Amino acid sequence: MGKVHVTIDGIQVYVPDDYTILEAAKEINIHIPTLCFLKDVSEIGCCRMCLVQIKGKKGLEAACVHPVYDGMEVRTHSPEIIKVRKKNMELILSNHPAICQSCTRSDSHCELQALANMLDVHFSNYKKYQETVNQNAAVDMDDGISIQRDPNRCVLCRRCISICNNIQTVGAISAINRGFNTIIGTAGNRGLDDTVCVSCGQCINVCPTGALQEHRDIDSVWDALYDEDKYVVVQTAPAVRAALGEEFGNPIGTDVTGKMVTALRMLGFDKVFDTNTGADLTIMEEGTELIDRIRGGGVLPLITSCSPGWVKFCEHNFPEMIPNLSTCKSPHEMLGAIIKSYYAEKNGIDPDKIVVVSVMPCTAKKFESQRPELAVDGRADVDFVVTTRELARMIKSIGIDFNAIADGKFDDPLGQSTGAGLIFGTTGGVMEAALRTVADIINGVSSDSIDYMEVRGLEDGIKVAEVKIADLNIRAAVAHGLGNARKLMERVKAGEHFDFIEIMACPGGCINGGGQPLQVSDVRNWVDFKEKRAKALYKGDREKFIRKSHNNPAIKKLYKEYLGMAGGMKAHKLLHTHYVNRKDD
Amino acid sequence: MCCENEALMEEMLAKVIEEHKDMPGALIPVLHEAQGIYGYLPEEVMKKISDGLGVPVAKVYGVATFYSQFSLTKKGKYRINVCMGTACYVKGSADILNKLKERLAIEVGECTEDGKFSLDACRCIGACGLAPVITVNDEVYGRLTEADIDDIIDKYEAMEA
Repeated sequence: MGKVHVTIDGIQVYVPDDYTILEAAKEINIHIPTLCFLKDVSEIGCCRMCLVQIKGKKGLEAACVHPVYDGMEVRTHSPEIIKVRKKNMELILSNHPAICQSCTRSDSHCELQALANMLDVHFSNYKKYQETVNQNAAVDMDDGISIQRDPNRCVLCRRCISICNNIQTVGAISAINRGFNTIIGTAGNRGLDDTVCVSCGQCINVCPTGALQEHRDIDSVWDALYDEDKYVVVQTAPAVRAALGEEFGNPIGTDVTGKMVTALRMLGFDKVFDTNTGADLTIMEEGTELIDRIRGGGVLPLITSCSPGWVKFCEHNFPEMIPNLSTCKSPHEMLGAIIKSYYAEKNGIDPDKIVVVSVMPCTAKKFESQRPELAVDGRADVDFVVTTRELARMIKSIGIDFNAIADGKFDDPLGQSTGAGLIFGTTGGVMEAALRTVADIINGVSSDSIDYMEVRGLEDGIKVAEVKIADLNIRAAVAHGLGNARKLMERVKAGEHFDFIEIMACPGGCINGGGQPLQVSDVRNWVDFKEKRAKALYKGDREKFIRKSHNNPAIKKLYKEYLGMAGGMKAHKLLHTHYVNRKDD
Repeated sequence: MCCENEALMEEMLAKVIEEHKDMPGALIPVLHEAQGIYGYLPEEVMKKISDGLGVPVAKVYGVATFYSQFSLTKKGKYRINVCMGTACYVKGSADILNKLKERLAIEVGECTEDGKFSLDACRCIGACGLAPVITVNDEVYGRLTEADIDDIIDKYEAMEA
C-alpha cells in the first residue's frame, strides 16, 4: 500500500492511497458532514451531504466514497458547496415530521437534527410543500413486539438495509416502491413480527433518526412498580452495566454497576437481582449438557442458545441445526423461573404476585420473553423486558442524579455472581465461562487456567480454538454477528468438526446489542466503542474474587436446597426449553 | 404465454428458477418470466423465487414494487390500459378513466370480482394521433369519448355470455 499527498483546504496531508477524502480530511481534523455514511456498514454516498470540490473536476463529489490520489486538491467549503449542502438538508427536512419534542432520538442522538444545526439550516423553504407531503405520504407505523418502525421519520439513508442484509444476512427489510413513495419496509408490507426479522435491533443502532426504536415497555413496568399488590423484581444483564453510564455522559466503557443498582432501588423495585447469577446457572446446565453430549455420543456441535436473535435466526435459516441448540433457556429466563419458584417458595411469596423485569442490552429479549414455551406452569418466566436505553429514560424521568448517587450492591441470594457470569456480555464470554467450569468438572480439581485468550477479541468474526481438557480435545468456535454465524453454520454443514460453538447475534456480542445506548456515526466511524465496553467486562472479571460459575455459593446452595443435580429432572422442568422450525414463515 | 393449469405454471416457474439460479443478476429476468407465466406476481411466487435464488423475499418485493412493469395484483382476462400520456391527458383521458372506474366499479390497479376486467393507467403508448386512447389486451381504441365506453365493455361482456 502506497501513500499519497493530498491538499485539503490548503493543508497538505500524506495518507494511505486507499483512503477516501473523508478519511484524509479527518486526519487533519476537518469534519466533513455526513448523514448516510457509516463506516464498514453503509458506504454508498446517497445523501449528498459530504459533497466537496475537487480541483479540475466538474461538479461536486461525495467525500465519503471518493478515493484520494496523489496531487489531489480538495475544497471542503465554498459558497457553492455550502449552498448545495443546505439545499439538500432543506429537501430532506421538507417531508420530515416536526415532532422532535416527543421523539426519543432528540435527546442528543438524532443525527439529522445535529446535522441541520451544524449546517445552520433552521427553516425549510419547502414548508408549504411539507404539509401536503406529510398528509399524502404518511405511512402506517409498525409497532411490533421488539421493534417499532415509523417510516415517516425515515430519511432513506439505507444504513438499516445494509446492516440487516449485508452484515446480519437476515434480509427482513428492503427499499420498497420508488420515488416519493419509497419506504424502507418488509415483503408485502407486513409487520416486522411476521417476517424473518430476528429482532436483533442492529437497525435501531445504526438509524440516524427516530424511525427505528424499541417497542416501549416502560409504561407496563411503571404500572407494576406503582401496584402495591405486586412484588416487582428486576434483573440486569452483564452488558447493561458496561454501557448505561454513556446515557449520563460517562466515557464509553465506564462500569456503573453500583450506581445502576442504587438507581433501580430508587425506582422502587422490591429486589435487585443480577442476570449474571442466571448466567452462572446457565453454565452449570450447559456445561453439563456439553459433557453429556461428548461422553454420551449426543448431537455435536452443541451450540449456545443465550442469544435470542441467533435462536430465531437458526429457526428460520438452519432448522436442521435445531437439535444442536442447547436446550438451556437463556440466563434471564432461567433466573426468572428460579425467582418464581425457588425464591418465591423460600420467602413465602405468591408467585402470581411476582413481576420479573429484565433490563437487557437487547431488543430480541422482548420477543424471547413472550415465547409461550418460556413459562413454567403457565407463568411466564419474565414479564417485561426493557432495554438499557429504556432504563436510562426511566431513571431520568424521575430526576435521579445518576452520577451523584452512591454505589449499591445486588440483593442476596440471586445477586451473587462470578466473573464468568459477567463476561457473558461479550463475544467469547459464554465459551470462556463454560470452559472454566467444564475443565474443573472433567479434571475433578480446580485448575489454574482461567483466561482463555484464544476465544476473546472482536477482530475476527469467527474464532476457532482447540482446548485440551484431560483426555478430551474440545474443538470450539465462536461467532459474533449473524453473517458470521451463517458462515460458521455452512462450515458445520460442509462437515467441519466442532464440539462446542458460541454464537451471539450482534457484532461484538451483547455489549453492542440492539438495546444499548446509541452512539452516533461520528463516534462509530472513528472509535471502537465495542472494545471499550468489552474491556469494562473483562476488567470486572479480573477483579472478581470468584471467577468460575460452579464456585458461586448461591448456585451451590440452589442446587443443594432445590434443584438437585445439574441437568436433573427439576432443572429440566425449570431451566430448559425447545425450539420451533420457522423455515416457512 | 398465460396458462390455466396451476400445476403446469408451478412447473414452468421451477424450470425458470433452475435455469437462472447461478446467474448473477437473475432476479429481474426471473420476475419477468414469472409474470409471463402467472400474469402477475402473487406473493407465493415471490416467496418461491426468493427461496430458489437465495435472495431475501424483502428484496424481491422491493424490486417488484420498484418497476412499474411488474404487477402485484391479479389482472383480468381483459386488461384495460388507459393512456395518461400528455396528448391523451389534454384530450380528456381522465374522464375516460373515471367512466371506466364507474362502469366496472373498481379502482386503478384492481380487477373485477368475476376476473374479467382489470384497469390500469399507463404512460404514453405512442398513439397520440388517436388521443385519447385505451387498449384492451392488444386492441387499441382511439378518439374516444365517455359515451363510447359502455359500448366497448358491452362488446366484451357479450363475448363472455
